[in-house]
Amino acid sequence: MIRFEHVFKRYPERGEALGDISFEMNPGEMVFLTGHSGAGKSTLLRLIGLLERPSRGQVMVNGRNLATLPRRQIPFHRRQVGMIFQDHRLLPDRSVFENVALPLVVMGLGHKEIGRRVRAALDQVGLLRRERATPVALSGGEQQRVGIARAVVARPPVLLADEPTGNLDPDLSREIFVLFERFHYVGVTLLIATHDLNLVESMRHRTITLDEGRLVNDTGDW
Amino acid sequence: MAKKRTVRSHNPSLLDLPGIWFGHHLQSVIATLGRLMDTPLPTGMTVAVIAISLALPASLFVITENLRTMAGGWDQTAAISLFLKLDTGDRDAKTVATRLQSWPEIAKVHLITRDQALAEFRALGGFEEALEQLKSNPLPVVLAIYPNAFNSTPERLERLQARLLKQPESDFARMDTLWLKRFQAILDLVQSAVMLLGGLLGLGVLLIVGNTIRLEILNRRIEIEIMELVGATHAFIRRPFLYTGAWYGLLGGITAWLLVSIAVLLLQQPVSRLATLYRSEFDLQGLGLGATGVILGGSILLGLIGSWIAVNRHLEGAEPG
Ligand SMILES: Nc1ncnc2c1ncn2[C@@H]1O[C@H](COP(=O)(O)OP(=O)(O)OP(=O)(O)O)[C@@H](O)[C@H]1O
Ligand SMILES: [Mg+2]
Repeated sequence: MIRFEHVFKRYPERGEALGDISFEMNPGEMVFLTGHSGAGKSTLLRLIGLLERPSRGQVMVNGRNLATLPRRQIPFHRRQVGMIFQDHRLLPDRSVFENVALPLVVMGLGHKEIGRRVRAALDQVGLLRRERATPVALSGGEQQRVGIARAVVARPPVLLADEPTGNLDPDLSREIFVLFERFHYVGVTLLIATHDLNLVESMRHRTITLDEGRLVNDTGDW
Repeated sequence: MAKKRTVRSHNPSLLDLPGIWFGHHLQSVIATLGRLMDTPLPTGMTVAVIAISLALPASLFVITENLRTMAGGWDQTAAISLFLKLDTGDRDAKTVATRLQSWPEIAKVHLITRDQALAEFRALGGFEEALEQLKSNPLPVVLAIYPNAFNSTPERLERLQARLLKQPESDFARMDTLWLKRFQAILDLVQSAVMLLGGLLGLGVLLIVGNTIRLEILNRRIEIEIMELVGATHAFIRRPFLYTGAWYGLLGGITAWLLVSIAVLLLQQPVSRLATLYRSEFDLQGLGLGATGVILGGSILLGLIGSWIAVNRHLEGAEPG
């Protein structure tokens, strides 16, 4: 589903953020991405979502080579890849409902369909009753769950999460990881960057570790 | 791939698509107007600047058009009045007229007999007593010469005048419309200048809308960024800004139209009064249907282009590196 072939990413100001990364993920696989701060986890995820392009090497997603993807196709690629950000990236002046609806609005769906799907997604993350609230009125954990609902509302086959439990308490973190496992069970391909090594170990999924932009460990499938 | 989920996407039937498409656009059109109305002061200021930029060339256009109509009315008078020698009778005059009529440069010859001339002179009033004193009609036969359009330029008229004078029956020839031709030539020049000014100010409108939209984009750049993250196409992001630009243009165009029309209404009375003093009737014409169409259509187009440029500059600056 996702394949990296000798991928390098260089930032002019910093030098190499990723060096010679190669790995492959099967459809429906759930993989953790760990490594110290600055190891290149976010950079790797950004390459998959085409927020960034590699300096060298190739990234394939769902059989498509992102390097040869025409510019006009980028939006359609992103609709296949749900992204969850550590800083949530929610619109502060829009309601929870509107935030979650955004990917569907962008796809041009009708009102009824949007309402139905947004409520289904909010139900999955347990926020059905907060649909009218604005993000600022929500706790960090609730905001994170709004971000997750938005990422899954269009039912993309791939889900990327960048430290989704970054500043949540252990119970909430576990809840969110359990939620991810549910998506995994219905066949979504998940790649989750996280610092939370205890959780990672307890969940028993394949784990890839980065260090200074190099892939230093890959547990393989459990 | 055992656990592979079927990715079902909403699949509207093809028949629905135009309806959905139209619904989205209509919604966007109304929503963008609503957004503009939410901030009446800045919106009003932008619209006012656009309106003034458009009203200036539009009012100059109205002025030149009216002058042209006025000059057109005078054009009914003959280009050359050929006065025949006093001893030329009406009969001989008719032969001369027929002869001149056959000249290629002359479109029409109108014969004014001595009696007609006298009657006309009487009608002007004020000369009754003087005329009573005279025993015979002092007025000669006059041939009013209307050249065709090709021969109406000042130089050709002068050549025609010289040729007419060589006729044995001719006494003298007066050129009536030379000044008019000159006036019309000047009017043409002025109107070209007005068009040029209109073009420049139109460019100004483009920049005003472009800059307003640019600021709007800066205000909403986080929203735009997030929309791009969830898969919005450039066309989708562009759409509300294009509608906003079109609204600015349309509102500015309507305001400009109102400004010019009100000015015309206010000037209507004084102009008619002035015309009466000169024994003529003249109605000041406002912006016609065509000019109104050009102003409204042009202003919408300028708004669209201005916002298109602004949005595209922003979107192209935000490509993945
Ligand atoms: N846009 C950028 N321009 C320059 N350097 C960057 C940019 N983005 C990331 N980097 C650098 O690349 C390296 C990897 O960054 P990245 O954000 O991928 O790390 P990370 O593993 O996600 O770290 P963290 O756990 O702190 O989020 C860092 O040293 C960072 O400074
Ligand atoms: Mg990071």
